[in-house]
Amino acid sequence: MTSSMLFNVTTFTYLLSMIAFFAFLASKSKSLGLAGSVLAYAGLLVQTVAIGLRWKESYDMGVGHAPMSNLYESIVFFSWTIVLIFTYIDIRYKYRIIGAFVIPFALLGMAWAQLGMSTGIEPLVPALQSNWLLYHVITCFLGYAAFAVACGISIMYLIKTAVEGSNNNSSAAGGLMSMFPPLKVLDDLNYRAIMIGFPLLTLGIITGAAWANYAWGTYWSWDPKETWSLIVWFVYAAFLHARITKGWVGKRAAWLSVIGFAATIFCYLGVNLFLSGLHSYGSSKM
Amino acid sequence: MATIERSFVSKVWDFFCSLKLTLFLLISLALTSIIGTILPQGTLPPQYVAEISHTKLQIYTKLGFFDMYHSWWFIALLYIFSLNLISCSIKRLPHVFKFISDPALILGEGQRNSFPLKKELSFSGPIEKGKDRLVEFLGKEFATPVITEHNGEFHLFAQKTAWCRLGVYVVHFSILVIFVGAIIGSLAGYKGFVAIVEGTSVNSFEGRNGQQIPLGFDVLCEKFTAEFYANGAPKEYKSILTVLENGKPVPGYTHVKVIVNEPMTYKGITFYQASYGQATEGGDHYVTVTSRKDGKAEKFTVHEGVPVTLKDGTTFKLLEATQDVSPFAPGYSGPAARIEVTRKGAAPQIFIAYRDYPDVNAQRGDNLIFSYEGSSAKQYTGLQVAKDPGVWVVWLGCTLMILGLCIAFFMSHKRVWVVVSKGHAWIYGNASKNQAAFQMQFEEVSEKFEHLKI
Ligand code: HEM
Repeated sequence: MTSSMLFNVTTFTYLLSMIAFFAFLASKSKSLGLAGSVLAYAGLLVQTVAIGLRWKESYDMGVGHAPMSNLYESIVFFSWTIVLIFTYIDIRYKYRIIGAFVIPFALLGMAWAQLGMSTGIEPLVPALQSNWLLYHVITCFLGYAAFAVACGISIMYLIKTAVEGSNNNSSAAGGLMSMFPPLKVLDDLNYRAIMIGFPLLTLGIITGAAWANYAWGTYWSWDPKETWSLIVWFVYAAFLHARITKGWVGKRAAWLSVIGFAATIFCYLGVNLFLSGLHSYGSSKM
Repeated sequence: MATIERSFVSKVWDFFCSLKLTLFLLISLALTSIIGTILPQGTLPPQYVAEISHTKLQIYTKLGFFDMYHSWWFIALLYIFSLNLISCSIKRLPHVFKFISDPALILGEGQRNSFPLKKELSFSGPIEKGKDRLVEFLGKEFATPVITEHNGEFHLFAQKTAWCRLGVYVVHFSILVIFVGAIIGSLAGYKGFVAIVEGTSVNSFEGRNGQQIPLGFDVLCEKFTAEFYANGAPKEYKSILTVLENGKPVPGYTHVKVIVNEPMTYKGITFYQASYGQATEGGDHYVTVTSRKDGKAEKFTVHEGVPVTLKDGTTFKLLEATQDVSPFAPGYSGPAARIEVTRKGAAPQIFIAYRDYPDVNAQRGDNLIFSYEGSSAKQYTGLQVAKDPGVWVVWLGCTLMILGLCIAFFMSHKRVWVVVSKGHAWIYGNASKNQAAFQMQFEEVSEKFEHLKI
């Protein structure tokens, strides 16, 4: 049994989970919803084992390190955190249908990682040889994952307002909409997900700054990745303050949450692909 | 006149207290910050200057886009941001303190209807007895209440963690603390760079603006080594440093290993492994030429670009050399040199000779096998030098921020009122955050409340 096989099983399980959630959306059959959740939990379990196994495999290869050191490993970890946060929200708030809008993010990540990236375990370059890597990556990605969940919820919110705004009488689409939690609940869940994500992102930025200070003597150097994480932070701070300002709850808050997640994804991937800096994975800067 | 002035002042005040300004500032900071991640910052690379049009270059320079995080307008935004934060806190904090220290003990008729969480209890005993029983009940189930008599009714008020309403102010304050830390760092700290050649020492370093800053002690680089993995990726960059005071090694600071992620700090000044390279001095290179026929080897000391003639009339020349070939030839490491060999009457041949790969050297199939043995040149280690006395203030601010966020988001101010009238009592409750969790707690308490026997 290798971690790579288990990651393939994980990807497949998330695919099944998503299909079950979509079928749940279409059929309103409670058991399909339950199947979606159970599959997601099962996938999470397999993925947890796989990550642990990959960690061990790296030690067997003599280059032991936490599996969070390159783009492949970080995408896999990101998927894992998304499903973890979904699991928390599913168990805590019991709005299963959110899975239909959240699991696709996790599936997308896993599919991309498994199909489009080299999966080899690489040794750590000197810059990454620090325990701070672990603290920094875990906090950042848990934050990102909470924002992914918030984004999924916001998309549901926006779809629901769009559909219900255009036809008030209960047509077929209106029937589908009845599956969605009430707008007020979606708005509240969005806020809750961001209340989880914001402190984690803050902690992620702080651990990053602490690490930079420890390794290079500067806690902040306006490197593109740092700056983008601050941009994301500003957007969600705006979201939090928008809620206390009249007229910004609901649709505008949902849009801010979607924009915030777009900025998050840019911070995570766009910066590495389009801009240069200290964080480019695999670059050999000390 | 005075009223006009007052209204102007109060307008400015309202402007700085407004949350709309906060939103504007947060979004502006987010949007403008993007500029600096797209345009190059600091010293511009020549190819960028060549590509961009002259007018654009001038406009961008005027607007400070090439050092935008230190441009006057970005700093101004941060100042307005701080002012906004301070004014908002000054305006609201007194209300919050009053809210905590002087809570609404009495629940008016109008307010009672607006509570989603409430339950009724009927009882037949006298009102006094009901009150006493309910005080005891509330004290046991929730928190000790304050009792107020009002219009023939008893209002019992109990609350929990009222102080957590201060959480957001801790967050806001922490931002100011971080700013203060950053300002201390920029006024009293410095950053710079120093290159130390192996075997030599320095007593100053180059500051950001190019001037030499004395350290007050000497730092000696004993040795620098770079290690690589088999795939050519760097594994470790290591400097061995010794601190000298008045020329004498300082106990505890001799042969200190400095690697990336493990700096050395002495007297508040920290040295970070940042780069390395070939020191220019020491231009002797060593090349061994082995004859394939008789296996005889001869070692030459050569200088870059200067031809050497062998006994058979063949000349060779070292074109360039590196003490570490891995950046140029993945999979290889160690010293290597580009060598040009001209046999008598033949065209010159250029190839790479390694120190650590004799098989590769031999593969060339020529009668003479060249191998490069390295040079007398020494390496230098490049160290980042930094001192930042404000950094502890920044970490204090960060700690406060996390603490404040946890208080603001994960704790809630819970309040319960019981209004006792003749023959019946109502219980009301609300929470500042996380209504769902409070609702469960409230239902548990009010369930018992409903079934009280008085
Ligand atoms: C110009 C700057 C700012 C001003 C004037 C400002 C003002 C305010 C005000 C008036 C509140 C409402 C407090 C209440 O509920 O009584 C608030 C809430 C809050 N602020 Fe700020 N704020 C600013 C910047 C920030 C920033 C940069 C952060 C980032 C951490 C932040 C974090 C928060 C949080 C977490 C809350 C609580 C939100 C909630 O409970 O949903 N604030 N702010």
